[in-house]
Amino acid sequence: MIDGLLVLALLAPLVPRPPSLVPLQDTTKGKAVYVKWCAGCHGDGGAGDGPSAAHMLPRPRNFTGAIYKIRSTASGQLPTDADLMRAIDEGLPGSAMPAWKGRLSDGERRDVAGYIKTFSAFFADTSQHAAALKFSGEPGGGTGAAALKTGRQFYDSIGCRKCHGDQGRGDGPSAPTLKDDAGFPIFAADLHQSWRFRGGGSAADIYHRLRTGLDGTPMPSFSDLIDQKFLTDEQLWRLAQYVRSLSPPDPPEVRDVIHAPQIAGPAPVSPDDSAWARADRYWFPLVGQVVRKARWFAPAVTGVWVQALHDGHTLALRLSWDDRTQSPDSAWLGFEQRVLETVAGDDSGPPKAEPWPDQLAVQFPRRLPEGSGGMERPYFLMGSETDPVYQWRWTSRPRKSVAGLARGIERFDTLPGALAGQASFDHGEWRLVFTRALATPDTANEVQLEAGRAIPVAFFGWDGSSGEHGSRMAVSTWYFLALDRPTPPGVFISPVLAMLVTLGLGLVVVRRARRRGTARAGRQR
Amino acid sequence: MGKLGAVAATGVAVLVLALGGWMRAPLPAAQGGGTISGKVKFTGAKPAMPKIDMSEEPKCKAKYTAAPPTDEAVVVNANGTLANVFVYVKSGLPASYKAPAPAGPVTLDQDGCRYHPHVFGILVGQNLAIKNSDGILHNIKAKGTKNRPFNISQPTTMTSERTFTAPEVMVPLECNVHGWMHAWLGVLPHPFFAVSGTDGSFTIKGLPPGTYTIEAWQEKYGAQTATVTVAGSETKTADFGFAAK
Repeated sequence: MIDGLLVLALLAPLVPRPPSLVPLQDTTKGKAVYVKWCAGCHGDGGAGDGPSAAHMLPRPRNFTGAIYKIRSTASGQLPTDADLMRAIDEGLPGSAMPAWKGRLSDGERRDVAGYIKTFSAFFADTSQHAAALKFSGEPGGGTGAAALKTGRQFYDSIGCRKCHGDQGRGDGPSAPTLKDDAGFPIFAADLHQSWRFRGGGSAADIYHRLRTGLDGTPMPSFSDLIDQKFLTDEQLWRLAQYVRSLSPPDPPEVRDVIHAPQIAGPAPVSPDDSAWARADRYWFPLVGQVVRKARWFAPAVTGVWVQALHDGHTLALRLSWDDRTQSPDSAWLGFEQRVLETVAGDDSGPPKAEPWPDQLAVQFPRRLPEGSGGMERPYFLMGSETDPVYQWRWTSRPRKSVAGLARGIERFDTLPGALAGQASFDHGEWRLVFTRALATPDTANEVQLEAGRAIPVAFFGWDGSSGEHGSRMAVSTWYFLALDRPTPPGVFISPVLAMLVTLGLGLVVVRRARRRGTARAGRQR
Repeated sequence: MGKLGAVAATGVAVLVLALGGWMRAPLPAAQGGGTISGKVKFTGAKPAMPKIDMSEEPKCKAKYTAAPPTDEAVVVNANGTLANVFVYVKSGLPASYKAPAPAGPVTLDQDGCRYHPHVFGILVGQNLAIKNSDGILHNIKAKGTKNRPFNISQPTTMTSERTFTAPEVMVPLECNVHGWMHAWLGVLPHPFFAVSGTDGSFTIKGLPPGTYTIEAWQEKYGAQTATVTVAGSETKTADFGFAAK
């Protein structure tokens, strides 16, 4: 009898228990996961004040108030467990929060969600528990002109432009005054970058955010407007679909090589030239410069769109990027100061906000890599004293473009060569075109832009109104620029010939196989 | 008469008493009880409140013809007292005290891109009617920590209602479209609160006998307390004083 009990006791952990008895979230195990993976940013006590937090904008979530941006519940209500799991599993795009699915086991993620809830008494109070809102399904026709027109109408009538701006790039009149609940500066979302939306970039995600609001931020809920018949549920969907339409259908894919087609006419010098419709757009993400002091952890320019064309003599490079301000802009000086005070850089205290301009730089090696050495390139971060890089630099004020040699971040010497730059600013977007002759006399310092070669290229961006200047900037790694040669006619004919030959051979093979099959069948019969 | 009459008389008396008790319970303030009143004085130089630039909202700006609107963090009255000070019973009510059911809603109006009132109180569970008289976009955000927050968009002339579940002094209210718009709401489990007016005075009526801690809260200068004992229907004075910082 006693033996039998002992055996049972030993076996007990091996016998699967019915699901109802399995604790949904083991907060003891969850704490171990939290301490190891989460506390560095969110802090031991969950107050969003871990050692890394001071370098982040947006800051990590403070769990003690139980206020969450991305929820399926009404404004101000607690998130559901599914909401918390979504944030953990998928992360929050556009922030430092990564997706943990695949990095932590299902059990670990579930347990840590349980532990996070222990930081606030609200979760222990069952009267505060909230159910997800009942969301309607997405009405069809959401990309059609009529739907988008309705969406735009409500974009205007419910005042989205006050913060998000007329064209949705987060440059509305109230944008420079925005703070989150903790008093940190907060950017109105750039609606042209749906891949950076914290709660996801689909029309349904946007509709859900409109219904729930983003708690802890200035973004309110619009559910009351449906209750009060100011707009219908379908009209709110149209607004979500309109907002979705501002971003590309798919998140931009990073391709390594920018192809510059050769065109017959002269290379365009203006960013608004119709010739640009013939050039592909390439997206290059930028990240904060954190290698050298003063480091910068909150880059405002998150990437650049690049297009290139040449006419056999001149290269035209078109760069466009989202920037809420045409810096310097005195309306944003207070915001700039708050950003500088929020994002700790190095040991020195925050610098004083100054009316810095916006800037953009394109970087090349001085000479194309030669011989068997392959692709050896200068140091990506503006070269070095001994191995400088050739750069094109543009500033918004004074509005000018210069070429020169950079020997590290601190030193830049202009070169006399001709570089033209033309820029325009439109509702939160800079559009800039650099033009330069493919071949120049100073072959020692100025890269010679030869067709058919892989020309290393890198990009740097500064938003003056976010306090970016000098080493406080956004950087890319090296990519390539390739100037296409005019396509010889053979290129078009040979693939067609090859296809025909392949087709002919294929037919011969199939026919022969069939004939053999028929013969064999005959024999068997 | 006799026995029957006596029984009937007693019955009527009991009924009257019961009715009286039932009727009196929801109205402790109206009849009897103690009163605490006083003034909130201000000493030192009157701080200059920054002007509010409403150029972005011509409709609001047009409502200020006499003088441009200024920040309301400190409002010093003509007689040198402070307005917008929230005075309330912080502690001292008997444990058995039960607040009357709240009457109608408390209204917060958004008019001229400002909140009216700027400082006010409400009972736990009482409706707060948030009215947009401006007819332009406001969002109203409550940033309590003991109460769940909310953030509602009001792009037109409309009224939204919300309630609060826990006592909290104070719940900040703000509009993010107009960064200058702030209001402060004291949520209490009893009706013993008041806000100092344009003459700096306040009155809290209908207090059961007892010794109370009274707190006076000012959004910039913080809080002060006083201890006051009231018995019967007497009136006690409790003055507060804030100094310029």
